[in-house]
Amino acid sequence: MLQIDGVTKRYGDRTALDAVTFEVGDGRLTGFVGGNGAGKTTTMRIILGVLSADSGTVRLGGSTLGPADRRRFGYMPEERGLYAKMKVAEQLVYLARLHGVSRRDAEASTADLLERLELAERRDDTVESLSLGNQQRAQIAAALVHSPEVLILDEPFSGLDPMAVETVLGVLHDVAKRGAPVLFSSHQLDVVERLCDDVVVIANGQIRASGSKQKLHDDNAVRQFELLVASDAAWVREMPGVTVLDFDGGYALFEADDDEAAQGVLRRALQQGPVASFAPKHRSLTEIFKEVVK
Amino acid sequence: MTIADTRANTFGQSAALVAGREVRMRLRSKAFIISSVILLLAVIASIVAGSIFGASASSATTRVAVVGDAQALAQVSSLDVTEVGSVDDAEQLVRAGDVEAAIVPGEGPTGIRILALDEAPGNLVQLLSASPEVTLLEPADQNGSLAYLVGLGFGIVFFMAATLFGTTIAQSVVEEKSTRVVEILMSAISARALLAGKVIGNTILALGQIVLIALAAIVGLVVTGQDALLGDLGPSIVWFVVFFAVGFVLLAALFASAAALVSRQEDIGSVTTPVMMLVMIPYFLIVLAWDNDLILTIMSYVPFSAPIGMPMRIYLGTAEWWEPLLSLLIILATTVVVVLFGSKIYANSLLRTGARVKIMEALRG
Repeated sequence: MLQIDGVTKRYGDRTALDAVTFEVGDGRLTGFVGGNGAGKTTTMRIILGVLSADSGTVRLGGSTLGPADRRRFGYMPEERGLYAKMKVAEQLVYLARLHGVSRRDAEASTADLLERLELAERRDDTVESLSLGNQQRAQIAAALVHSPEVLILDEPFSGLDPMAVETVLGVLHDVAKRGAPVLFSSHQLDVVERLCDDVVVIANGQIRASGSKQKLHDDNAVRQFELLVASDAAWVREMPGVTVLDFDGGYALFEADDDEAAQGVLRRALQQGPVASFAPKHRSLTEIFKEVVK
Repeated sequence: MTIADTRANTFGQSAALVAGREVRMRLRSKAFIISSVILLLAVIASIVAGSIFGASASSATTRVAVVGDAQALAQVSSLDVTEVGSVDDAEQLVRAGDVEAAIVPGEGPTGIRILALDEAPGNLVQLLSASPEVTLLEPADQNGSLAYLVGLGFGIVFFMAATLFGTTIAQSVVEEKSTRVVEILMSAISARALLAGKVIGNTILALGQIVLIALAAIVGLVVTGQDALLGDLGPSIVWFVVFFAVGFVLLAALFASAAALVSRQEDIGSVTTPVMMLVMIPYFLIVLAWDNDLILTIMSYVPFSAPIGMPMRIYLGTAEWWEPLLSLLIILATTVVVVLFGSKIYANSLLRTGARVKIMEALRG
């Protein structure tokens, strides 16, 4: 488990990170969401040891991280980049070896990854000659080539075409399945919602929410329900403890003071006639995010 | 998916990997190969040219016919002696153009007479004339114009190699910053290991080129029969290589740290100009003041000019045996200090992209 504990970073008077604390569980895909300048990249750089924190610690499996541990991290920086004039496979082998992988293992792992990411045919092309999408795949390969035990990806999906997104998702799931903590940031909240086990929300350098996706939904749940009936549902307005937010013929969206009031509406609806649907309204991550960062 | 076995690299292993990449990528660059070959050919050409001009000046032989005692003259290497029986035979050979002149018995204090066709053979006359003995009170150890050429040679080779590889290392630092690959590198190895690898890799390349040039010069001198010159020049060439090795590490660290302050290739010039000056000034000094003892002595102890100044003084024979060692120690000490500060600037500037980083900020971190 990767633990970020009380990490603070200041640039002059500006506090970029304010006692940032959260966890990335083993085998958990953790989404890291926040607006531009919220502190996502700074946090990731500190986890990787590329930047140093003013205070706070980063621990893996309970012990404070040192440079030797960080070699086993896979990192995809927000600012993408590889050596433009170096061949794809050669570059991946080089990066793997910098992480301490033997030449033979580095070559085997490179061949494997290029196959998986459908880049095998371009192995001897220079990076600059690749299409943008393929450069992104090469970048992902660079983060994975040394079989990292922890994966930190800064906006891994930005600029990817939908097919590449699926490929990358597959790879990320594999890594998580091996038991690696995976942390990735994204602006695409729908992707995070679909993909992640856990979510961490950051705003202005402060963690606003963190935990499992379910918990985030529960914590920010509102008692809103949607009802769809065959006949006119105007009667819902007269129910005690209920406020109707939206109404259209047989459809009503209402907020109930408590569960009992909501159940009352359902019972009444069943008495009136057939009920097509009755469900608590599921708020999207986007809505929750907007509220949490306010 | 292959599970690779990772173990932490030591500082040395990381630096060696980086150095290996620098060397491989450079050897693959056509521009590098071509410029190296041109530099090498220029050195070989100048040695061959020197041998041809030297030979035409000294080994032009004069064909002469000799009547009488030819033994003594046959010893003179610049004469191609044909012994003939009589003055008439000699005159015939001269008229036929088989010989340029004939030496026949004659009157006067020399006891010989020279027969020539239409022009007095100046070099032959000079050869047979008695010259007064000359004693130099302060003889120079080395021929003056040759000393100038030697100084120029050291100057040019140092200047070219230092600027070529200094620029190379600066570009390679900025390439990593401008392509942002540096962030991945820094997540794997320390900035110091990265800097060390770059400096080592480029020093190996520069030194390899210098050693190749030195070998070409030595082999060239031997093949063209200029062994005597080699005897004079040999020790200073060896010292030049030694001084270059250390001096270049110093320059490479300066170039790398300066380049780390900027993020775009276009901005390299603005930050490396001061370092470039440190390379250019010694070059101009050796060209302008190659025969000024005081300036040469100062140059031979200043770390940036010592790689030119000290070998030059060794060639001129004006350096005591311990002087190159002392100068080498001074360079080494300077190098350690520069590398310490340089690596700090380097490490603190690598992730700052965009505007140029100020040196004081980079030192503070």
